[in-house]
Amino acid sequence: MHLEPEPCRRKSPVARHAGKRDRLFSRLASRTSKPIFFRTTIPSGLCARGRVSSSAGSPLYPWVPQQLPEPEPPRSRGTGAAGVRTGVAMIRFILIQNRAGKTRLAKWYMQFDDDEKQKLIEEVHAVVTVRDAKHTNFVEFRNFKIIYRRYAGLYFCICVDVNDNNLAYLEAIHNFVEVLNEYFHNVCELDLVFNFYKVYTVVDEMFLAGEIRETSQTKVLKQLLMLQSLE
Amino acid sequence: MPAVSKGDGMRGLAVFISDIRNCDKALDGYSKKKYVCKLLFIFLLGHDIDFGHMEAVNLLSSNRYTEKQIGYLFISVLVNSNSELIRLINNAIKNDLASRNPTFMGLALHCIANVGSREMAEAFAGEIPKILVAGDTMDSVKQSAALCLLRLHRASPDLVPVGDWTSRVVHLLNDQHLGVVTAATSLITTLAQKNPEEFKTSVSLAVSRLSRIVTSASTDLQDYTYYFVPAPWLSVKLLRLLQCYPPPDPAVRGRLTECLEAILNKAQEPPKSKKVQHSNAKNAVLFEAISLVTHHDSEPNLLVRACNQLGQFLQHRETNLRYLALESMCTLASSEFSHEAVKTHIETVINALKTERDVSVRQRAVDLLYAMCDRSNAQQIVAEMLSYLETADYSIREEIVLKVAILAEKYAVDYTWYVDTILNLIRIAGDYVSEEVWYRVIQIVINRDDVQGYAAKTVFEALQAPACHENLVKVGGYILGEFGNLIAGDPRSSPLTQFHLLHSKFHLCSVPTRALLLSTYIKFVNLFPEVKGTIQDVLRSDSQLKNADVELQQRAVEYLRLSTVASTDILATVLEEMPPFPERESSILAKLKKKKGPSTVTDLEEAKRERSADVNGGPEPALASTSAVSTPSPSADLLGLGAAPPVPAGPPPSSGGLLVDVFSDSPSAAAPLAPGSEDNFARFVCKNNGVLFENQLLQIGLKSEFRQNLGRMFIFYGNKTSTQFLNFTPTLICSDDLQANLSLQTKPVDPTVDGGAQVQQAVNIECVSDFTEAPVLNIQFRYGGTFQNVSVKLPITLNKFFQPTEMASQDFFQRWKQLSNPQQEVQSIFKAKHPMDTEVTKAKIIGFGSALLEEVDPNPANFVGAGIIHTRTAQIGCLLRLEPNLQAQMYRLTLRTSRETVSQRLCELLSEQF
Repeated sequence: MHLEPEPCRRKSPVARHAGKRDRLFSRLASRTSKPIFFRTTIPSGLCARGRVSSSAGSPLYPWVPQQLPEPEPPRSRGTGAAGVRTGVAMIRFILIQNRAGKTRLAKWYMQFDDDEKQKLIEEVHAVVTVRDAKHTNFVEFRNFKIIYRRYAGLYFCICVDVNDNNLAYLEAIHNFVEVLNEYFHNVCELDLVFNFYKVYTVVDEMFLAGEIRETSQTKVLKQLLMLQSLE
Repeated sequence: MPAVSKGDGMRGLAVFISDIRNCDKALDGYSKKKYVCKLLFIFLLGHDIDFGHMEAVNLLSSNRYTEKQIGYLFISVLVNSNSELIRLINNAIKNDLASRNPTFMGLALHCIANVGSREMAEAFAGEIPKILVAGDTMDSVKQSAALCLLRLHRASPDLVPVGDWTSRVVHLLNDQHLGVVTAATSLITTLAQKNPEEFKTSVSLAVSRLSRIVTSASTDLQDYTYYFVPAPWLSVKLLRLLQCYPPPDPAVRGRLTECLEAILNKAQEPPKSKKVQHSNAKNAVLFEAISLVTHHDSEPNLLVRACNQLGQFLQHRETNLRYLALESMCTLASSEFSHEAVKTHIETVINALKTERDVSVRQRAVDLLYAMCDRSNAQQIVAEMLSYLETADYSIREEIVLKVAILAEKYAVDYTWYVDTILNLIRIAGDYVSEEVWYRVIQIVINRDDVQGYAAKTVFEALQAPACHENLVKVGGYILGEFGNLIAGDPRSSPLTQFHLLHSKFHLCSVPTRALLLSTYIKFVNLFPEVKGTIQDVLRSDSQLKNADVELQQRAVEYLRLSTVASTDILATVLEEMPPFPERESSILAKLKKKKGPSTVTDLEEAKRERSADVNGGPEPALASTSAVSTPSPSADLLGLGAAPPVPAGPPPSSGGLLVDVFSDSPSAAAPLAPGSEDNFARFVCKNNGVLFENQLLQIGLKSEFRQNLGRMFIFYGNKTSTQFLNFTPTLICSDDLQANLSLQTKPVDPTVDGGAQVQQAVNIECVSDFTEAPVLNIQFRYGGTFQNVSVKLPITLNKFFQPTEMASQDFFQRWKQLSNPQQEVQSIFKAKHPMDTEVTKAKIIGFGSALLEEVDPNPANFVGAGIIHTRTAQIGCLLRLEPNLQAQMYRLTLRTSRETVSQRLCELLSEQF
């Protein structure tokens, strides 16, 4: 199937912002046909059963320290001793952004109007990009928190309620990225750009209605391959 | 960009445009899909798309997966509540759901789950549970159906009633397919929070499922083992489901305890992999298990083990783990079983405060120190927090200040330590010391004789610093004005020195502080006659007497005049030492709670206390003294009692009682949730404060006071969610009739209400003439994306304008006879709705507003009341008599007033109460 829209390729931000960030451009350009997620950190031979490890510990690009983000005051965890936990706990949105703040995927699980979405995207970018490897993978964000992980130039962010389980979502991100990597055979940023409709399918297989739907990589990939065979 | 590629791009664009232009001819499925996909891509790059919707909808009815998929994706991403399209879309979804093709059913279900609009809920809420529990549904479709139903339930709970499918949904926890169990657990957890009874059976099923996962070997679950951890996400979800319930009954409980112990044991085992994914997945389960242990708060052994495990994490090299351990320990600290165990880690936590690089980790450390603080370690913790404050991030300073202030007060054994701590706070972080904090220190100093001298000495010394914070000047000014005499014996702090010290700061201060200092000066005139001349000179100076600020000028003029004309005795009376403040819970605590968010009934109480502190004049001396200066009549007049018309034949109500009414935190019933607005309305007839309305999003509380024909009502709107309310607009709606008789004035409130925040709105009420209806309070706001609209009757009723009248028996009967005109009497005989308790009945009659007259009625079982309804146009005398009949469980209520409509209305209102 031929589905690479030509006029849009030219509009891809890589080219459009070429003047603004040559270094990044050249790096990205040299890698457009190569994986940018994992190859730099792990030779694929080392990945048992096709598993890969995150590069979150070793950022690819030099990090410039800036002012630390200012989280909101903490909120109680919504559970009292012997009381009944009542607070809602769900994913509010999932964002994939690159370092320049360009959104590669936005999946919303609650209603926001368009202006609000744009504001959230900008705020998330501002909050997440200033953090380094010594920081936690969790940031308080408005009345929620963001669990994020960085893979090469991309930030995968999941926004959840404050009383939800941080590590479970952190690993849900990694599980998701491993599926993408397997599905796209060494995924890179441009895979996500041009196969956006497939990425949405992957997301819907793994997350639905703000909840984790399926966690087995084998099952998800099997389903995805079945769907691909229908094309 | 090179010219070549530009040319290429332009050609591509030209082709695209010409394709689009030519597409009024029927496109085949492939081209339609291609163009819709391109439009979608353009939209995702951030450009607006205003056509192509119809083509996308057409794609939905294609039989090819790819075309259908793009169609659904377009609909999901560019949802549009275009009614015509919604109908077509729903139609296509309906066909796909009925197709029995699992791929198409999946697409349709995902679309419903992604859009989740009300129209879709209306169309499919009945269908989806059937798909979910049908025996022949494919596993992957079940997964989607479960979460799709969850989405509809969240968006429109009223459209997804719990039905006969519930028990079958619960049994999905036993399903072979772990993916189905994962999805079902999410659904059950959400439904169980709302209907705990219906889903009770899920507890034992969840425990046995969890037990099977925990005891499985790492290879048993195959696809669901993630880096050697068996089904981590499902375990977490099951543990969260269990947190919807109290500890289960003993049999299940034993099994659950085994599971939790197994999870804790695994944390101690050597890791099966060095990968961070392994430890993260394992710890995700561990933290959720600890969360459940803390939630149950019933197994001391597990609580202490959990605490020890977290203690190990406090020093872990992973920042994530240190952060989560601090956070999790906070909740453990509040359990009596593990509080001591948490305290053993104090040094590590203090160290974290000093060394952590991530501000959010340091903040968790502050939270934990606050949570673990008790009398034994308060001094150490407060000292550490104070020293951290000097370098703390600006974003969290205010919160730390509040915490220090609270801890210092709560655990002060020695109030000199408390005073030192607060003064230190002001010195280190004066800008972040809110009014509540310095009000509070003054309240405490005034209420405690033993610390006043020390406080005066300490503030005097602190004021010596060349640069001191304005808040210190305020505290210093107030305390020296009250207790400067206690240190005046020392030549180093003679009256004149004290005055010069304060006056040296005067010109650097803002207007409110200067006003406070002027009051201090006049208090000095009383305390130290020897400095009277100096102070009069200062007050007389042009910069005071002709000050551009009217408040300062007025104070200078009045104080100068007072100091010249008043005799020593009068001065001593007017400028007497402030009386002790009534003991009440710290307003700082309220402020911290407010900052923290969750709004509850207790928060409402806090807010009231905070406000009534202001009513009392706070610690600002000027308020009390200026009003005393400008109104020569006795204090009763301040309350407006002097203007009360003479009450016929009867002693006036004691002003003492009224004072209590105005200032006390009258007990507002921590009301059980009453679903009916009418019920709530009736409850407010005999009381003024309490919760008027509450649902899952919003709580509305009321506090009101009425005097004669005037009243003021404070409406508190509490946002119970963690999400902002937008366009928040409460409106008062009065019918034309009502508008003529009842005048309501209110100011609009801020249109956004932050999650967990509470806003208040004051309503000024004037009763023009007697009225029967009640105004309606309508509240509209956006929560998330949905529009919310709530209407409640506002309990402003005629009896609120009652003034009780005491009278003797013969007066009563004389008046009773005068009101013998048949229109003036209204009688009602009704069955008792509540147990017939004499004391409760008395309280209700008093709450209703009339005086309860004892020993008036010859039959002591009867109740007799009298009062006057005040309106702007008239005063209406009212007499009432309530005769209970215990055998028949009936009451007879008789009202006699000088106006027929009033008799009618009061009778209606009061007869609803018994």
